Amino acid sequence: MATIKFTKEHEWISVDGDQGTVGITAYAQEQLGDIVFVELPEVGADLEPGGEAAVVESVKAASEIYTPAGGSVTEVNDDLTEEPAKINADALGEGWIFRIKVSDASPLDDLMDQAAYDEYVAGLD
Amino acid sequence: MPVAPATLLENRVTDNQGQDLKQTPLDALHRKLGAKMVPFAGYDMPVQYDGILAEHQHTRAKAGLFDVSHMGQVILRGGDAAAALETLVPGDFQELPVGKMRYTMLTNEQGGIMDDLMGSRGSDHLFLVVNAGCKERDIAHIRERIGGRCEMEVLYDRALLALQGPAAAEVLARLAPPARHMLFMTAETLTIADVPCFVTRSGYTGEDGFEISVPEDKAEHLAGMLLHEPEVKAIGLGARDSLRLEAGLCLFGNDIDETTTPIEAGLIWTISKRRRQEGGFPGADVIQRQIAEGVERRLVGIRPEGRAPARAHTKITSTADDSIIGEVTSGGFGPSVEGPVAMGYVKTTFAKPGTPVNLSVRGKSLPAEVIKMPFVEHRYYKK
Repeated sequence: MATIKFTKEHEWISVDGDQGTVGITAYAQEQLGDIVFVELPEVGADLEPGGEAAVVESVKAASEIYTPAGGSVTEVNDDLTEEPAKINADALGEGWIFRIKVSDASPLDDLMDQAAYDEYVAGLD
Repeated sequence: MPVAPATLLENRVTDNQGQDLKQTPLDALHRKLGAKMVPFAGYDMPVQYDGILAEHQHTRAKAGLFDVSHMGQVILRGGDAAAALETLVPGDFQELPVGKMRYTMLTNEQGGIMDDLMGSRGSDHLFLVVNAGCKERDIAHIRERIGGRCEMEVLYDRALLALQGPAAAEVLARLAPPARHMLFMTAETLTIADVPCFVTRSGYTGEDGFEISVPEDKAEHLAGMLLHEPEVKAIGLGARDSLRLEAGLCLFGNDIDETTTPIEAGLIWTISKRRRQEGGFPGADVIQRQIAEGVERRLVGIRPEGRAPARAHTKITSTADDSIIGEVTSGGFGPSVEGPVAMGYVKTTFAKPGTPVNLSVRGKSLPAEVIKMPFVEHRYYKK
């Protein structure tokens, strides 16, 4: 059973065992607008917790995506190269960005769960 | 522009700080239409309604209505107004016929650009439209320099709407039939939906279209009439920027500023033969010398290979030795080009269309090519 956690910077990570899948939230894609380019990490890259992992570009601006947990990248969503707008269409599903083998799950304890994140976002408007 | 470690929403967070924002006469309409509002040049402005891509495509396919009421509208009256204005700009206004307009710029003593502007000639006046972010400074500058030679009136009580796109003429002619016959860069007083308006056939998208100066208390009525036409949708500042970039049109503050001259920016076409010879505007000595001897850098179009956009301030490097040869001044994704587009200054030896260059994006060197602008052909109504 996977658990999903959220950062204040609007990334999500879904963790199942030591496998983590990372993307940006529906709120983030809504704020960014039409996404036109995604720079993916390289498979095999070792990411520090909180380190820069990817870049998502909308028509207007580039936004860096930070990995909520450290680990080694096992897979990237190559579909986003041709169809970056998948993040707009399905940010928490087909718009996932990369998967990592989580080396240390303890930073995840500090992240928000769904209810806490929803409350956090509600407070931003 | 890489966003700092703060948050995805940096723009919004930082923009929310600062003084009270002004509102245009269409503020209530924007909110009714569900616009996402952002601070721009001291105004609360709609950046998008349905989404920048859709709005951009709609403008190129049909017609888009833009609220550009934040821009400054200024009238100069009196027989000496054209000659007086020529002491501030390199554009030719003394020989501009009534009913025509020109694009020019206020220059400084170094030949740099203080602002760019549109000027139209009426029967007894000149009508200027200047950038929102510069308008108070422009007005003070014009008043100080030529206020004694002409009567200056700032039209704080007028809105400015832009109707742009291939269906713009058809739409406007339904409400004001004479609009159909106006040519690009001409101006007329027209009654649209019973409202007296000052209309120019011009714009900032590369498409055919009009800019309509309307009394502020009638602006929402007129905008509503135009939006009621089936071809017309409201378009925000986001698409305005991607449209102008594809059209190769300069944005003041990005592509042109106090440190760039009209010659470096490729705007020599705005300076008539007489004005090149006579000078008589600020920085004329610099600009005349640049016309005679050439410039060391030029504003060019740049087409990155691949899909990664190169934003403003991206360094441009030589493919031969990786040395820095220039910098991107505007860059992003071109929805009609279906790929990244940019413009920037390069050393003149690299300015020829077809020249390969590299763009330094997030530490990677991405291949690109200098190309002749515009990226999307202009579709002005010239006859």
